[in-house]
Amino acid sequence: MDSPQTTDLGDANGWFYIVLLLLYTMPFWGLLLTWLIGRSVERKHLRELVEREIHSQGRVALTGKHLPGERSVASSELAVGSVVVSVDYFKRWLSSFRMIFGGEMKSYASVVSRGRREALLRMKEACPDADMFINCRIETSTISNGQGKAVGCAEVFAYGTAVKFEQK
Amino acid sequence: MVGLLREDGREGSAFHTIMTITNIETIPGKTIVEHLGLVQGSTIRAKHMGRDFMAGLKNLVGGELKGYTELMMEAREQATQRMVEQAQSMGANAVVNVRFTTTTVTQGASEMLAYGTAVKCE
Repeated sequence: MDSPQTTDLGDANGWFYIVLLLLYTMPFWGLLLTWLIGRSVERKHLRELVEREIHSQGRVALTGKHLPGERSVASSELAVGSVVVSVDYFKRWLSSFRMIFGGEMKSYASVVSRGRREALLRMKEACPDADMFINCRIETSTISNGQGKAVGCAEVFAYGTAVKFEQK
Repeated sequence: MVGLLREDGREGSAFHTIMTITNIETIPGKTIVEHLGLVQGSTIRAKHMGRDFMAGLKNLVGGELKGYTELMMEAREQATQRMVEQAQSMGANAVVNVRFTTTTVTQGASEMLAYGTAVKCE
């Protein structure tokens, strides 16, 4: 009669240890999960970016102040686009190693560059009837550095003058 | 930001009002007849707890923090609107050479400043 009870107890202990092990390895699972989700989010965003960039290819954004060529202008207005991007938990963990040795932080660079492309696209999409964007400026600012409990994120803001040409 | 009308009658944001705003010295397609001087508008915004909490969750997997994006754009629109109101009170109908700056005042609060030159154009 006693033997099944002891095996039951043993099973319960086994579960207890498994749960304990899972709890102690929580940071690892968190890293794995955020790495997987973060990667899929990033890839999806990159696919979207390429699609939208092809769509708005004809309407160029220039950093110069002068309109190239002699074309009469019908109207002009300010175009703005902004995005706040953040780095995932896994990349932040990776970057803590980078802080020791120094060098280029590729994982962060990809996030900021995606933000920049997104901001430029939003600027273009804010003025769907414009033909050209001149004097475009891109500005990146840190909202918070993410130390302690604060959320680490940066804002990318793109603005320029949207110009609409007169129809010939 | 509502209540500002575009030239075509649609209701738009502060960036697309009856007042022409450009970030170059001229207004393409129009001529400037009078310079009225510098106009500016600014606002300091703090993010609120609810947004901060959601952003904290989103921050684990990375990507865009939509709540913060909205917050920053609202703040920038507010600054632009204040600049436009100042220009209107001076009798201007356009603002040229507009610049935007963002400064982090403290952790979690940013100042948005928009400034430019108020002009009269034809």
